[in-house]
Amino acid sequence: MTGEFNLFHAGYLLQGAVWTLLLAVIAILGGGVLGLVVAIGRVARPWPVRLLAGAYVQVIQGTPLLILMFIAFFGLSILGITLPALVAAGVALVLYSAAFLGEIWRGCFQAVPQAQHEAGAALGLRPFAILRLIVLPQAVRIAVPPTVGFLVQVVKNTSIASIVGFTELARAGQIVNNATFQPFLCFTIVAGIYFLLCYPLSCWARALERRLVPA
Amino acid sequence: MSYRFDFSFVPQYWHLFLEGAQATLLISLAATLGGFALGTLCAVARTRGPRWSRRVVTAYVEVFRNTPLLVQIFLVFFGLASLGLRIDATTAAIAALIINMAAYTSEIVRAGIEATGTGQMEAASALGLRPAQAMALIVLPPALERVWPALASQFVLLMLASSVTSTISVEELTGIANRVQSDTFRPFEVFSIVGGIYLVLSFLLRGALWLAGRLLFPWRWQAA
Repeated sequence: MTGEFNLFHAGYLLQGAVWTLLLAVIAILGGGVLGLVVAIGRVARPWPVRLLAGAYVQVIQGTPLLILMFIAFFGLSILGITLPALVAAGVALVLYSAAFLGEIWRGCFQAVPQAQHEAGAALGLRPFAILRLIVLPQAVRIAVPPTVGFLVQVVKNTSIASIVGFTELARAGQIVNNATFQPFLCFTIVAGIYFLLCYPLSCWARALERRLVPA
Repeated sequence: MSYRFDFSFVPQYWHLFLEGAQATLLISLAATLGGFALGTLCAVARTRGPRWSRRVVTAYVEVFRNTPLLVQIFLVFFGLASLGLRIDATTAAIAALIINMAAYTSEIVRAGIEATGTGQMEAASALGLRPAQAMALIVLPPALERVWPALASQFVLLMLASSVTSTISVEELTGIANRVQSDTFRPFEVFSIVGGIYLVLSFLLRGALWLAGRLLFPWRWQAA
């Protein structure tokens, strides 16, 4: 596949983009579930739970994603499982997304005024009903724009998986570059594909935010 | 599971880790200062500049906030070289980090300028200050104070993100980790230690930025 940049190379890049999207979906779904656990842990009543969830967030947010990927990659192989790079990258991205989503959602939960809890209690609702009927619906509304905004970070950060050897879009770009020796063209196209994936999400997040502010 | 952890290589390689941490901090410092300066200029150009400059800055910010840093680094390092401009890996890394950082900084600072309001600007011009003076002396200080926490966390994120510059062979902390692990064949131990060093660096940086905020904006401290 050496020679000038051609349709074959373009197809190869698009294939990489599909893997990028798959990795992003894994990160968001897994990170969403775990992130919910983290967010609940951060506001839970027993202090050891709060401490644990807080420490998790601090450690993940204080370590580069690349290092998390290396640790996942080599750590999982220590356990005796030889894994494709996709799994290592996926695990690292899930852990990473969970910490950030957990913090975002905790912030949104705490942004609902305490008086709303009290008003619910004054109406005679039980604690779970207060959460389900009063606090969570408001918290979710606040949480949607920053969550969509974070999706952009996830899509962009999947590019780091290329360093542990997973052939997503950025790695595909390097491979095509090695074949064509046209780095400027090649990485501009790669950047363009990322932009096409991320820019609509950014616009969506902004639109959601605008809709929220006047309300 | 029959794996036995072995950290016995640590004393022998410790000075390398320290050198790597130093390089990471220096690269981050250069990129933070450069990105902060460029980003603030962009924020001013976008809020107060003529229409063409607003458009240019908006396009720049959107492009660099919606593409991965890694690809930007590749473009600067390999792309510029193919266009005949050869720069070494560290310079390319710092340049890429600066343009990436400036895009984020400009959005944060813009929010601060917009929150400060036009009344301040009008009051300054009523006192006879030129627009540039009014911006630098009247509008920017409270604007930066307002967004300092957001800026500080962006600086920490930049320090962590600088780890990907190891892919173009920059010898910062992650680059050193790669070297040590290919020497010792103990990748898990090496990356765990380096992860710990990054954690310490990010705590130290957060503390330093908090202190910097107090020194830069002393009036807030006195009022409190």
